[in-house]
Amino acid sequence: MNGNFTIPKFKLPGFVASLGHKLPQWPHALALVGVLNAALKMKLLPESELALLEEKLFRVRVLDTGGEATYTYRSGLFRPVFRPDREPDLAFAANLSAYLQMLARQEDPDTLFFNRELEITGDTELGLIVKNMLDAVEWPKRPHLPLVSS
Amino acid sequence: MHPNDCTKLRSHFIIFKTELCRAILLRTSRLTRINGKQDGLAILRPLIFRSPPMSSLPDLVCPAGSLPALKAAVDNGADAVYLGYKNDTNARNFAGLNFDAKTMVEGIRYAHAKGREVLMAINTFPQAGRIADWHKAVDGAVDQGVDAIILADIGLLDYARERHPQQRLHLSVQGSATSYEAINFCQREFGVRRAVLPRVLTLAQVEHVIKNTSVEIEVFGFGSLCVMNEGRCWLSSYACGESPNTVGACSPAKYVKWDKKPGTMETRLNGILIDRFGDDEPAGYPTLCKGRFEVQGETYYALEEPTSLNVLELLPDIIKIGVRAIKVEGRQRSPTYVAQVTRTLRAALDSARDSAERFHVKPAWQAELAKVSEGSQATLGAYNRPWR
Repeated sequence: MNGNFTIPKFKLPGFVASLGHKLPQWPHALALVGVLNAALKMKLLPESELALLEEKLFRVRVLDTGGEATYTYRSGLFRPVFRPDREPDLAFAANLSAYLQMLARQEDPDTLFFNRELEITGDTELGLIVKNMLDAVEWPKRPHLPLVSS
Repeated sequence: MHPNDCTKLRSHFIIFKTELCRAILLRTSRLTRINGKQDGLAILRPLIFRSPPMSSLPDLVCPAGSLPALKAAVDNGADAVYLGYKNDTNARNFAGLNFDAKTMVEGIRYAHAKGREVLMAINTFPQAGRIADWHKAVDGAVDQGVDAIILADIGLLDYARERHPQQRLHLSVQGSATSYEAINFCQREFGVRRAVLPRVLTLAQVEHVIKNTSVEIEVFGFGSLCVMNEGRCWLSSYACGESPNTVGACSPAKYVKWDKKPGTMETRLNGILIDRFGDDEPAGYPTLCKGRFEVQGETYYALEEPTSLNVLELLPDIIKIGVRAIKVEGRQRSPTYVAQVTRTLRAALDSARDSAERFHVKPAWQAELAKVSEGSQATLGAYNRPWR
């Protein structure tokens, strides 16, 4: 699944987070929402579960970069929320390497959770819906990258 | 001969032919797979280079909570996958998990195309006034052409036997049959062909069961452990009124709250404090059986610690006593977990087949399984306890 390339567990040095906190957060939210909407467009996310996300507020926090993104799902689109006026319904917090390992399907979210590398707070059932929805996605095959997969 | 008998005979012959083809396909696919990879010579190799193994290798039965998980199991060397519908007819009825009509068809097609079996878990107990939902699930599984249905409820076993006499039936672990008498009863009354043993027996007791029944025996090989009072546990209901037997989920997520505070994380189930973890302590599932409670002034895991069963060390013994299948727990886990565990157990089983005497557990296998274990620790469970 990952070819010969594995993402190691790492933590960025502390100054990255302190610097990251001072940077504007909107680019993270825009980038994340862009990816999610691309997945929507490709019909990778099942509609029955998407309906359960309506108007929910999500926050993804990357601890060691100091970045965070808040977004919601409304009327068929993921939308960034730049000034959230309430606590999110569901919040994820982890270091960058944990997110990358999850995205590459190199590590299982429950494993990361048991090992305390992934924090999930808020509406637990919503968390389960999101986790299972992403697990059920059949991502299109990645293009062959000779430099990476040798 | 009555024309009806003729049709019956023909249909029996077709079933026999299909079963035969599948058996040959399954055997071939198992022989030609070495460490999950195809090997053209492998089919001949055991004949040429070494004597055949003393017992046949148990099937590796792996969990599929989604289509990608099913494919991960098949691609990494599972002989069979087990799955369920998106409803409370199975004991992993979690939001967003399991198969709808479309993914079910695709999953079964994918597994069968590669010569693997598909087992359908309909392992909850029908609720009052809603028996039709469970009957529909059984009829649906037969229509879909699954290789076996895993059932726990005696009424459902009877229904399946009466309505679909040709359908292969397995007794679920939730059926809680720990003695050969109970298993032979299910064979006699419902034609059960395989029983999944609850995780409470020692290896010697498993062997005793196998010696006294012609029903195939399946045991758990890896996965999260609970108190193992399977099919009879009401702890989840005690806390929130819902349990695996009734709604198909232990500690349903809507009752679970992870509360992060500086330096600690608290787990609550319907308001009941289950555990409090320090930042560097491994966590477990939010079930009552894995909570830390104050008992006579001391706070500790009063029932059991979060842990996973791991039988790698016992694999040669499990094969020797004639276990027919080894099951991996975890339909609630991601495709990544399924791939990791299936790959590891496949390699271990193949290695045990190649040389039972020289079999040793590779540290890399243990490391891979320890990593995905609940509470980051594993146990041999009841299999090796000295007392009975």
